[in-house]
Amino acid sequence: MSTSAKGGVLVYAEHENGVIHPVSFELLGKGREIADRLGVELWSVLLGHRVKRQAEELVYYGADRVFLYDHPTLEVFDVVRYKHVLVKLVRETEPLVFLVGATPLGRSLAPRVAAALNTGLTADCIDLQVDKDGELIQIRPAFTGNILAHIKTRSRPIMATVRYRVMKAPKRDTSRRGVVVEKRPGEALETGLRFLGKVSARRVNLADADVIVAGGRGLKRKEDLKLLEELASLLGGVLGVSRPLVDEGWISKDYQVGFSGNTVKPRLYVACGISGSPQHLAGMRGSDVIVAINIDPSAPIFRVADYGVVGDLYEVVPKLIEALKRIKGGSVDG
Amino acid sequence: MLIKQVPDIEKVRFDVETGRVDRSSAPAETNPFDLNALETAVRLKEKLGGRVTVISMGPPQAESSLRDALARGADRAILLTDKRFAGADTLATSYTLATAIRKLGSFDLIVCGEKTVDGDTGQVGPEVAEHLGIPHVAYVCEVREVSEDRILVVSDMGDKYLFEVTLPALITVTKDINTPRIPTLRDVLKARRAKVEVWDADSLAGYGETCRFGLQGSMTLVTRITIPSEEGRRGIIFRGEDAVERLIEALRKEGFIP
Ligand SMILES: Cc1cc2nc3c(=O)[nH]c(=O)nc-3n(C[C@H](O)[C@H](O)[C@H](O)COP(=O)(O)OP(=O)(O)OC[C@H]3O[C@@H](n4cnc5c(N)ncnc54)[C@H](O)[C@@H]3O)c2cc1C
Ligand SMILES: Nc1ncnc2c1ncn2[C@@H]1O[C@H](COP(=O)(O)O)[C@@H](O)[C@H]1O
Repeated sequence: MSTSAKGGVLVYAEHENGVIHPVSFELLGKGREIADRLGVELWSVLLGHRVKRQAEELVYYGADRVFLYDHPTLEVFDVVRYKHVLVKLVRETEPLVFLVGATPLGRSLAPRVAAALNTGLTADCIDLQVDKDGELIQIRPAFTGNILAHIKTRSRPIMATVRYRVMKAPKRDTSRRGVVVEKRPGEALETGLRFLGKVSARRVNLADADVIVAGGRGLKRKEDLKLLEELASLLGGVLGVSRPLVDEGWISKDYQVGFSGNTVKPRLYVACGISGSPQHLAGMRGSDVIVAINIDPSAPIFRVADYGVVGDLYEVVPKLIEALKRIKGGSVDG
Repeated sequence: MLIKQVPDIEKVRFDVETGRVDRSSAPAETNPFDLNALETAVRLKEKLGGRVTVISMGPPQAESSLRDALARGADRAILLTDKRFAGADTLATSYTLATAIRKLGSFDLIVCGEKTVDGDTGQVGPEVAEHLGIPHVAYVCEVREVSEDRILVVSDMGDKYLFEVTLPALITVTKDINTPRIPTLRDVLKARRAKVEVWDADSLAGYGETCRFGLQGSMTLVTRITIPSEEGRRGIIFRGEDAVERLIEALRKEGFIP
């Protein structure tokens, strides 16, 4: 470990009530790789109240140094106040790279920090590579996912938000040692923002799902969503939908996959009666295995599928359900 | 209210060889999310009075999006167009927009779309807020209350949160906040005769540093574009009687079924 307190790779540790968002661990994994390539330290920054214990966690996941701001004025997320703290930290420590999870919180916070520092920010990256010249290449979807742009930054720090579940989190290693640097956030200035509480919780968290069975306009009636729900639960997964079903009022937006809904990356995505519009693909293209069930052999969804069944979902899905039940039943009987 | 003209995403072509997006290959339209932003602003005006000014930075053709905004209820339209604005990343774009807003003088609320369908970053809104030193709330899906000096909004960050924000402020809105109105023929005709003001880089000189506009002010550079590859996909298609059985077999091999 180098002892320099300047020029590291910095990872923003996002948390809700002290529970670190897994994307932060994933970023520590990638950050470690980049830091080693560049020959610098890996840093993390944590803001909150009564979050000291989490600072150790960040070390276990690879941080050499954790800047901890533990203070009552940071208890709730205030984008302006958090920005102040981060900008000050960056000015003091001059990291080379600053990574933030591309969560709603991260995508609201990172641009403010970048603008204040007059530095470049690349949104929603799905890959980061250090090229042979030691430059960081940031790869991100653009044009509603139709293309991938490869981006370089000429200012420092290089800032990027990175999607959840595209990087691998390292193994938690409790024998790792690092430095926790306790910092003071400075005076809490009036920001004009007042957090008044949670209005409602999402019904489902598609971003975390390992298996998603999604339905589209191939479904004829709202009730038929039950069919897909049954298939989903047999596969140990959850239901998803394309946008038109949300627009019809059949189901809450929480279930929507795509450009104006959730970006998902399950291990298995089963698309039933979904054509595969660019806006839908933008949300699920990264899934590990994609299965498509569609009556139209020319549907674009088949172009991204690992496995496809050309057929009527009203025949295919019940058969699948039946077969899966048989298999499950069988395994119970021994 | 900030709007951007974008190419129709279903039609636009990409030249991977040169790494260019051929914007002339597709008709232009207003960024869909910005129509929701405009609708938000117009509804607030209808309820509380005031004026809605729309600003767009882009090539001269973007004027048509501004005219459309006038037909949909905006009162004033300003097009920022100049070769020196070209090649801007989100940092330079937001800086230029913020500079124009400074020139405009006082305002209560800035409304942006959640993101654009081309740039697709969602960064411009929060960056504008930072340049202007005002608070912002992103992903607003509902405006609950507005008074002279504050606004109550619901932000959809997965879970939904309520925020009170002191004005002046900036919000970015999701597609779910409203359904944009269709302008009447009368409004369209009226907007056709309305004036769209054009501002160039020189006209902003007293309000910001012109070296932070366009390519010169941009800190990120697109070195290459590629088309997402489906190469790794197996692309195995089953048809006919035993299709389901074969799918089950495949899912078993992949480890999804015992
Ligand atoms: C700004 C913007 C944002 C958007 N965001 C999103 C988004 O986030 N998510 C999203 O999904 N869309 C989004 N859309 C909408 C998108 O453009 C498409 O309209 C939508 O994805 C189409 O949904 P679909 O595939 O279910 O319907 P369709 O395109 O109508 O496809 C239905 C498919 O079902 C098949 N089918 C019909 N009957 C059967 C049957 N019995 N068995 C099997 N197959 C059958 C058909 O062959 C067809 O391929 C957005 C659009 C815009 C402009
Ligand atoms: N060139 C532009 N002119 C005016 N407004 C813009 C421009 N680019 C982005 N915006 C605004 O910023 C929002 C987010 O854009 P983006 O960061 O490109 O995804 C858009 O929905 C618009 O409201």
